[in-house]
Amino acid sequence: MKKIYGRPKYLKPRKFHYCAGCGHSLVHKMLMELVDELDIADRVIGVAPAGCAVLAYDYMDIDIVESAHGRGPAVATGIKRSVPNLVVINYQGDGDLAAIGTAESIHAASRGEQIMTVFINNGIYGMTGGQMAPTTLEGMRATTAPKGRDPRREGYPLDLSSLLAQIPGVVYAERVSVSTPRGIRQTKKALEAGLRCQLDGEPGLALIEVLSMCPTNWKMSPLDSCKWMDEVMSKKFQVKVLVDRRTKAIKKAASGNVD
Amino acid sequence: MAEAAIRAGCRFYFGYPITPQNEVAEYMSEHMPEAGGTFIQAESEIASIYMVLGASVTGARAMTSSSSPGISLKQEGISFLAGQELPAVILNVMRGGPGLGNIAGCQGDYFQATRGGGHGDYKTIVLAPGSVQELVDLTGVAFELADKYRNPVMILADGLIGQMREPVVLPEPVKHLPEKDWALRGAKGRPSRFSRSLILNVRRMEEHNWKLQRKFREIEANEIRFEQYLLEDAKLVVVAFGSAARVAKGAVKRLRKEGLKVGLFRPITLWPFPHKKIRELANECSEFLVYELNAGQMLEDVKLALSGSAEVFFYGRPGGVIPTPMDVAKIIGSRYYQRIKRKAK
Repeated sequence: MKKIYGRPKYLKPRKFHYCAGCGHSLVHKMLMELVDELDIADRVIGVAPAGCAVLAYDYMDIDIVESAHGRGPAVATGIKRSVPNLVVINYQGDGDLAAIGTAESIHAASRGEQIMTVFINNGIYGMTGGQMAPTTLEGMRATTAPKGRDPRREGYPLDLSSLLAQIPGVVYAERVSVSTPRGIRQTKKALEAGLRCQLDGEPGLALIEVLSMCPTNWKMSPLDSCKWMDEVMSKKFQVKVLVDRRTKAIKKAASGNVD
Repeated sequence: MAEAAIRAGCRFYFGYPITPQNEVAEYMSEHMPEAGGTFIQAESEIASIYMVLGASVTGARAMTSSSSPGISLKQEGISFLAGQELPAVILNVMRGGPGLGNIAGCQGDYFQATRGGGHGDYKTIVLAPGSVQELVDLTGVAFELADKYRNPVMILADGLIGQMREPVVLPEPVKHLPEKDWALRGAKGRPSRFSRSLILNVRRMEEHNWKLQRKFREIEANEIRFEQYLLEDAKLVVVAFGSAARVAKGAVKRLRKEGLKVGLFRPITLWPFPHKKIRELANECSEFLVYELNAGQMLEDVKLALSGSAEVFFYGRPGGVIPTPMDVAKIIGSRYYQRIKRKAK
């Protein structure tokens, strides 16, 4: 009998600590499938964020270094410059990438570091218990915005990916969502495109923003979370390719050899 | 210093401009690429220390340099380097403070440097050069120690040394760098590895901390460095480090010519601090004068070392004022004569 589906080779046989309905485990799984499919297990290195995914090394069977909150792009820069042949996956959350690490995010992009940033956006601080994030939507409640985010009080949600996409050092930026099976399939395609930027030597940073559910801190059921993401969150953060400056992928497309 | 770092096998320099140490980054920007290395002017001191962390975790020799306010920003990353047991060299060319202060030579960061500096229970090895030549020599030592103990090493210089020009003898380039069987360079032909400082299990966190502490005790046992100058018959020991020691040495020379029996003890490692040696000196001499370019920081270590076994006096000038050897000689001299008067009574 032929085995057609199973646990990805590089996903450790361990139970996720993530809450029911959380998107992290889906992204972890897809990344490890891609590590196998692209055959890069011996030259991939992950930068794990401060946040719920800090224990990524418990699940991903690849070399992983932990980073302080917001500093992932700087750590990834040091790694990539030291060993350019490595495929660097810099995994970050919204508070991480768009608040405390804004400078690091923007400048790694502006230097065109050849890394892939996976940006998990769930509009809230998960690990610390549901505080307001830079990406918290207007009206959305958080433990530090108990009346709901009011722009006059807490300011506006920040779409950092769209800002980053304007920087020439970003070769590819796409926003995807893991709220539906279709969205999950597209997420995997986007992550593959992001990884291929490094394999193809594209001269810059790949950013894949993944809209992801946090039922625990949204105080919703997992199903309602998916629905809310489709109906509300993805209206503010639209799922689409934000920028595509890839030179090699475009050349391949022109010659009919599309990935 | 920059050339010495390149010769010590450093191939990664990440920094952010701040006076009085910009010459290091400027030199690196030109010569690091020539040596096949990487120079990046980072967006902040914080980013630069984490770039050092990233290069270090792959096993490369990496450094950053800054001055007091910038070093405060780097402390978060230095704590992570210590927690993850990663080698790195950090040059702090101290300036007057607190706050923005000024760009004159000062030694106000002694506490920050020798007590760990960032959050958590850790130490960085701290080397204090007294001349440009020693800055060059200690740079090689810093990279060796950082790799040997997998710990950040800080070179604590100040604006005076940072802005001084002196002829130096440069070391030969290092040919063989140590193997690092812990480095992360992709799991090729071995199981995957990780580098972390988050340990949620309290027992394991405690174990990790004890492991770090054992390492620190080992460093204390093996790596203490100091210089003794005219101490054999000294009735008054002047204790000073870095450029203050250089001024003090001039003062001691001057006073010796006048027949005063004074000597100089200069700690070169500020952590580990030569407590034991200072305690031993108290067997021969009952009076110590600590001279620093701050309001009294190393003073506490000297007092701890002596634990009341000798009298300790202090002369300090904070804020970047650097007295001349003549000024310092006056202070030492008056302390010396007071002692004689006291003995006469």
